[in-house]
Amino acid sequence: MSTAMFGSGIRRREDPRLITGAASYTDDLTLPGMLHAAMLRSPHAHARIGAIDASRAKSARGVVAVYTSADTEGALQPSPCAWLLPDSDLKIAEYPCLAKDTVRYVGEIVAVVVAESRYQAYDALELIDVDYDPLPAAIDLEQAGGPDAPRLHAEIEGNQAFHWTVSGGDVDAAFANADVIVKERILQQRLIPTAMETRSAVASYTRASGELTLWNTTQNPHIVRFLCSLVTGVPEDRLRVVAPEVGGGFGSKIAVYPADFVTVFCAMKLGSPVKWTETRSENYQATTHGRNHVQDVELAATNDGRITGIRATVRAGMGAYLSTAAPGIPTILHGLMLSGVYDIPAIHEEVYGLYTNETPVEAYRGAGRPEATFMLERLVDVLADKLDMDPAEVRRKNFIPKFDDGHDVATGLTYDSGDYEQALDKLLRHADYAGLRAEQEEARQQGRYPGIGLSTYVEICGLGPSQVAGAIGFQGGLWESAIVRFHPSGKVHVFIGASPHGQGEETTFAQIVAAELGVSPEDVKVVHGDTDNTPMGWGTYGSRTTAVGGAALALTARKIREKCKVIAAHLLEAAVEDMEYEDGNFFVKGSPDNGKTIQDIALMANVSWNMPEGVESGLEASTFYDPPNFVFPYGAHLALVEVDAETGQVELKRYIALDDCGPQINPTIVAGQVHGGVVQGIGQALWEEAVYDEDGQLLSGSMLDYALPRADKLPEIEVLSTVTPSPHHPLGVKGIGEAGTIASTAAVYNAVMDALKPLNAPAVDMPFTPERVWRAIQKGKGN
Amino acid sequence: MKKTQVQTIVNGRPVEFLCEPRQSLLEVLRDNLSLTGTKEGCNDGNCGACTVEMDGRIVPSCLVLGVEAEGAQIVTIEGIALGSGLHEVQKAFLEGAALQCGVCTPGFIVATKALLEQNPNPTEHEIRFWLANNLCRCTGYDKIVRSVQAAACRLQEEAPA
Repeated sequence: MSTAMFGSGIRRREDPRLITGAASYTDDLTLPGMLHAAMLRSPHAHARIGAIDASRAKSARGVVAVYTSADTEGALQPSPCAWLLPDSDLKIAEYPCLAKDTVRYVGEIVAVVVAESRYQAYDALELIDVDYDPLPAAIDLEQAGGPDAPRLHAEIEGNQAFHWTVSGGDVDAAFANADVIVKERILQQRLIPTAMETRSAVASYTRASGELTLWNTTQNPHIVRFLCSLVTGVPEDRLRVVAPEVGGGFGSKIAVYPADFVTVFCAMKLGSPVKWTETRSENYQATTHGRNHVQDVELAATNDGRITGIRATVRAGMGAYLSTAAPGIPTILHGLMLSGVYDIPAIHEEVYGLYTNETPVEAYRGAGRPEATFMLERLVDVLADKLDMDPAEVRRKNFIPKFDDGHDVATGLTYDSGDYEQALDKLLRHADYAGLRAEQEEARQQGRYPGIGLSTYVEICGLGPSQVAGAIGFQGGLWESAIVRFHPSGKVHVFIGASPHGQGEETTFAQIVAAELGVSPEDVKVVHGDTDNTPMGWGTYGSRTTAVGGAALALTARKIREKCKVIAAHLLEAAVEDMEYEDGNFFVKGSPDNGKTIQDIALMANVSWNMPEGVESGLEASTFYDPPNFVFPYGAHLALVEVDAETGQVELKRYIALDDCGPQINPTIVAGQVHGGVVQGIGQALWEEAVYDEDGQLLSGSMLDYALPRADKLPEIEVLSTVTPSPHHPLGVKGIGEAGTIASTAAVYNAVMDALKPLNAPAVDMPFTPERVWRAIQKGKGN
Repeated sequence: MKKTQVQTIVNGRPVEFLCEPRQSLLEVLRDNLSLTGTKEGCNDGNCGACTVEMDGRIVPSCLVLGVEAEGAQIVTIEGIALGSGLHEVQKAFLEGAALQCGVCTPGFIVATKALLEQNPNPTEHEIRFWLANNLCRCTGYDKIVRSVQAAACRLQEEAPA
């Protein structure tokens, strides 16, 4: 393989269109005769719906139609949940696209208005009269499963969506024999993903042919086609889904949503194209949220700091309905990662998924792994504190020793490769950890409160394999496919099922193919996002697109190369065994100057004037790559903060991220993923929280109320790496999309608690608002 | 609703449009003039994605009414590139990989151009404070800040001594 392009931080080919305003996102699309839809959303968290009177709305100027659930009866199936977690007593509540007789969260769709303009559609929403009979709401996660909690779904007792358990080793013995046990109750607050582009759908239906095109802000157009076909009844071969430019997702554009199906319904019913784009306020109320756990966790250890067991009970808020992939997130992607980077012989976790009268929860960057990493990393620091050991020392003592071809952990997973101690050592050297501790001591003498926080993590990504998908109830495959087509002029067309939405994989994919074929990345065009001209793919989530899609591409390019070798041997009148390949050139051993370039061969294969016997014309190949295992990136992060003890204000002074995602195809893109991921995790620690009041009203319903990370509150993010290839991956690469978020919340949290140590402040629930920190400091003082 | 006729100059070209009194400048740009490079991020002035230049000042176009554009000079992301090629700020964003999904990018570029016109040599602190009005969910701002610094250097090298 040529390394000239693999490993080079070349510029992103996506950027010229993005920096000039030329890129076209779903909402930028206008079709002739297009109508506009607006959704009437429930103002109540829980209410019975009585009469709906839409007569005034229907006669308003510009209004073409108003539909409620009665109109969609038989035409729209319920919005599906597609992760049927086995052995968990899973109870899926029906999620109608338009609410039938009950609404269960603020923002649930009750009716849709279609009008000639967006203004007319929104104006008409106010003319629809709905009789609501409000019911008490189940909001508090600690009460929602209790006997007195209001029940969301008549048939589901205790609001329990599922109860899932993971167990490995003898946990009872570990705790019975422990020298020390440390316990914490951790609140993983509910977060709002906040992709900068809100969700949008444009549906266009041709009655004559029965063909429907749906342009949609999605991370996985092929899954949307599959599920949209099931819900709307449009056969999959007549249904084209296009993800045009997509403006970030972070998990919130994985799910299929009622609003998208309702938009499709309107377009089919009316025979005109219909556009629906959510407002930011709708995005906060009705696009999926993330996290939302109450975790009771305890760690058993020996007096010298060796962890012998971990035991946890987690209540995970699922919201009012189970979103498309929701059941797998606080379970498979969370519980199976409870060993982290540590050698822990005994693990037991019980997860209760609970329905509450809130927006459905889905994957949010990291999806289950940040919640697992946080539990472990917090408890390790608490243990270090209890034993009066340095947190770095406790980590070192428990690391899984270096391994390069598989390591089994108690939860049943087999990690691929890792050298966790090397990562921590390199991080601490770069940070001058001893120096930082000395400065901290000095600062404390002066009455200042700096804190140093560590987080060492491993995560599971590159989802596959499909066999495992089936075993864990994921209602789809987890392979990816690619087609590589060499044109007569030497240019290369790549068609891939995976569809990035900001990660720069048009560039990364071109680099992979260019490196494998010895051509310039400029000569490789990457096509993705349109189900009509790309092969099937399962989507971009779980940091899988480069790991799985990239492998499909590399293997496809290698098939092309093999065919080229046979053709070259024929043209050079040599035996195939005598052929060598280097950087796009095929030659007989020892005669590199008399070879054939891959472009020469592409021309010959396409015109097919002189081909070896039995070799097909053309130069095109495809691969369906189903990974043999997951990949397990890892790393070590350090945060340095300072707390103002008078005001409770936390300042993040320095952040260092060391991540090992295997060989980096484009280090510039990797660093960008780390920066963004780290800052999202910092956001959870310091600022972000979706707040509901006891009636189920979303109080943090705008960007003014939901505090997002802004440029003035952040330091430079220092990025380091080590390189440990995955032994089972054709390119050795792992994933990097979520790593930063998985690590950083715990690093910042530990730093703040470290800062507060001399003040005897009790643990603070995230986010660390000045008020909460100040109150904790007052408690520490005995006030 | 009765529409008002508005005459304005957008990206150097005289433009005339009809708009409802309640329509925002953002909606007029996107829906009436098909200039979709300017993005709606929040529609309440909190995210900066819809930032445009109006009579030499930057404004969130979601908080300006279309009728207020009467007689004004408006510059949107589509008008930032110069006849001969990209603006130095765009070049710096391109070379510095200062974007990922691209939705916030037009607002950042318009805001950065205005910053560097007012303050050709800003400190990192000044850059971060100026850009605190613009939200980005992808980049963590790191490469944006570096690219603004690079753009400042390029523009200073270009400026006549």
